[in-house]
Amino acid sequence: MTTFLIRRLLAVLPVLLVVSLLVFFMLRLAPGDPAAVIAGNNATSEDIAQIRERMGLDQPIPMQYARWLKQVVQGDLGYSYYLSKPVTALVAQRLEPTLSLALGTVLLAVCIAVPLGSLAAWRMGGWLDRGLSAFSVAGFSVPVFVIAYLLIYVFAMQLQWLPVQGYKPLGGPQSQGTWAWMRQLILPWLTLSTVYVALIARITRASVSEALQEDYIRTARAKGLSEQTVLVRHALANAAVPIVTVVGIGVALLIGGVVVTETVFAIPGLGSLTVDAVLNRDFPVIQGLVLLFSLSYVLINLLVDSSYVWLDPRIRH
Amino acid sequence: MRRDLLKYLSVVCFGWCLLSPSNAQTTVPANKVFRFVPHANLAVLDPIWTTAYVTRNHGYMIYDTLFSEDAKGKIQPQMVQSHSTSKDGKVWTFKLRSGLAFHDGKPVTSEDVAASLKRWASRDAMGGVLFNFVDKLETPEADTLRMVLKEPCAIVLEALGKASSNVPFIMPARIAATPGTEQIKEHIGSGPFVFKAEEFKPGSVAVYERNTKYVPRSEPPSGLAGGRPVNFDRVEWVIIRDPQTQFNAILAGEVDMVEQPSFEQYETLKKTAGVKMDDFAPAGFQYIMRFNHLHPPFNNPKIRQAAMLAVGQQAFINTQVGVPELVRLCRSIYPCSSLYADENTPGFTGVANPAKARELLKEAGYDGRPIVMMRPTDLSAITKLPLVAKQQLEAAGFKVDLQQMDWASLVARRAKKEPPAQGGWNMFFTTWSAQDIDSPLSSAMLNAKGAAGWFGWQDEPRIEALKAKFARAQEVSERKKIASGIQALVYETAAYVPLGEYRNPTVMRNNVSGLLQTPGIPVMWGLAKR
Repeated sequence: MTTFLIRRLLAVLPVLLVVSLLVFFMLRLAPGDPAAVIAGNNATSEDIAQIRERMGLDQPIPMQYARWLKQVVQGDLGYSYYLSKPVTALVAQRLEPTLSLALGTVLLAVCIAVPLGSLAAWRMGGWLDRGLSAFSVAGFSVPVFVIAYLLIYVFAMQLQWLPVQGYKPLGGPQSQGTWAWMRQLILPWLTLSTVYVALIARITRASVSEALQEDYIRTARAKGLSEQTVLVRHALANAAVPIVTVVGIGVALLIGGVVVTETVFAIPGLGSLTVDAVLNRDFPVIQGLVLLFSLSYVLINLLVDSSYVWLDPRIRH
Repeated sequence: MRRDLLKYLSVVCFGWCLLSPSNAQTTVPANKVFRFVPHANLAVLDPIWTTAYVTRNHGYMIYDTLFSEDAKGKIQPQMVQSHSTSKDGKVWTFKLRSGLAFHDGKPVTSEDVAASLKRWASRDAMGGVLFNFVDKLETPEADTLRMVLKEPCAIVLEALGKASSNVPFIMPARIAATPGTEQIKEHIGSGPFVFKAEEFKPGSVAVYERNTKYVPRSEPPSGLAGGRPVNFDRVEWVIIRDPQTQFNAILAGEVDMVEQPSFEQYETLKKTAGVKMDDFAPAGFQYIMRFNHLHPPFNNPKIRQAAMLAVGQQAFINTQVGVPELVRLCRSIYPCSSLYADENTPGFTGVANPAKARELLKEAGYDGRPIVMMRPTDLSAITKLPLVAKQQLEAAGFKVDLQQMDWASLVARRAKKEPPAQGGWNMFFTTWSAQDIDSPLSSAMLNAKGAAGWFGWQDEPRIEALKAKFARAQEVSERKKIASGIQALVYETAAYVPLGEYRNPTVMRNNVSGLLQTPGIPVMWGLAKR
């Protein structure tokens, strides 16, 4: 297991190197110039050229890449052209809202979807199963922003139970406590988790229903175990691998959903930082964020792969 | 065992939610906190380094200026107690008001003023024109600044009281010593609000607190001039990008004012209980269409003239704004409500005349090459203009190659002087706040220095000569005449085309009052909340 983890961790390095290379060169070759954005509407071409020179953007791209890579190896992701702050500081400032949103969404989705999918499999063809199928179709089809606006309209505008927008930190000097933090996130969590509930519930239903057909289930029932034990300890446990896989993929896909949700709910997270950086061609911020997202993607996959060993003894042996 | 552990964890989580303490200061009464949604994300905090309007507005929160423009457009003293001019008009002496202090407690001195003006002039076009006249700045007393000119200059007060970017804000000399090409790191002014740097989160919130040591002028507030009474202990600029979320937030009472709600929401907001529309910037904005003078077909003045004849203002403002009461046709290159406005424009009617345009196009020998027109798809304020232009130009016989891109790509491309086939361009659109174009010296489009000028690179020495004359003209009547002369040249050479004016009223909660009408700046002084 240790060798497996070390080998997988070492494999992360070339992946990150390729990602950094691709992102760096694609950004430099794409249309748009940070110096022109910074210079503003009144500037002349000469002003822009001066800014390019000062930012080092007039140097050959391989030289710019080598300089940046050297910084990254030393733990420095660079300095934002636009916000005039270190990228690491910007990421640190935005990490909490995004982690709160993403982890809360996954937790909520798993807590709802796994029991729902298992029950649907247990009572296949029943009203719950049919209801879940309908919900899944809707969950996949309706865009995230539509769900967000609907929830805002009902719970924030009409019932006035929850706020429309914003984020209150969980810790630090500006914190107003856990309930204030949760209150701001309930609608974003519900919004973003809809599609994941649909996805995970469908996979759970399929996996559990397949497991319920197995011989060991019949044996368990023949032993006189309760239906609850059969479902949870035998069927669900054996159906865990595909469920964990889809949860892992879901976490990775969250990056896209987070951008939309953060925009609609005005949450100052990594998603909105990414959008701003792209619109302003803030290269150091985009590079740092893509590197960070790639790293989290690879680590999540590693975590999922490692969990197979723990979940399924056959793989371990 | 596992079940017990789960129960224990549930109880701990629930208790933590209920009992976790709040660290935030909640002692400020609700009517002393003002939540404002600016029109854009406040990212850059240096109002000299950037011309972004949102940064300029932030500047007005924390900095003060020597002079300011009042509601009638007149320049009035602000930090200045008194000023005088020598008989030959070459020495200006400014005495500062007593009691002026920066937020760090240090007094404002003439050294600070001199350093701030030098930095401003290194970046601002009008400041640059003024400093071409300046021989030296002297600081004979801590509260006295002397500006010695090489020759008399007519725009000293106009430049020092300039309302829009870049504004000559006064900051401590040690901060103003930063080159204009670098961003300042500290944000200390002597204005009515103190910037809370430790609470600033770009993309989320900027926090200001009342400057308790601020001594406002005794005159009542008027435009940006006069006293600046502050009725809030804390002002929060809340960044909300999505217009629908802005709309929901103001209806739910989570924010007190949205600077620029979208035009699509205007009619609904007007009829909605709990909120009201008001306008702090009655002079509004102007859309423009800019030609690239370097390359065919628009290096031919006749073809530019044909394009100018082909487009009509009404269609642009109807399509882009769509609210009749917010738009205005204006044939003047200066905003129609401004001092130099002149609608006596024989060369430009503002009404589309495709038949005449087609005739002129034929006469000019247009070879049918497509015009590369750039359209910013992500900038909702101007994204529809190119669509209207394409239709109108095609109706007059032009061929149009509409290229869609984001604003960042557009601003990079418009700086390229290469021919359109090699990554250059022929035409783009933008919008200007009225106060940026109300003087021949501040309008970027009137920079006609060829390759060293503004994008489009018009080379028209006659315009530059008139601008120099304008800066020396002492009488307003004389300056008006010169400004009209410049306008006539703009239309004669079809330098660019004004596409009409519009206003973008703000929306506030009903319990907010005291919004001041200014030259386009949403100021937080004067406002009060019940």
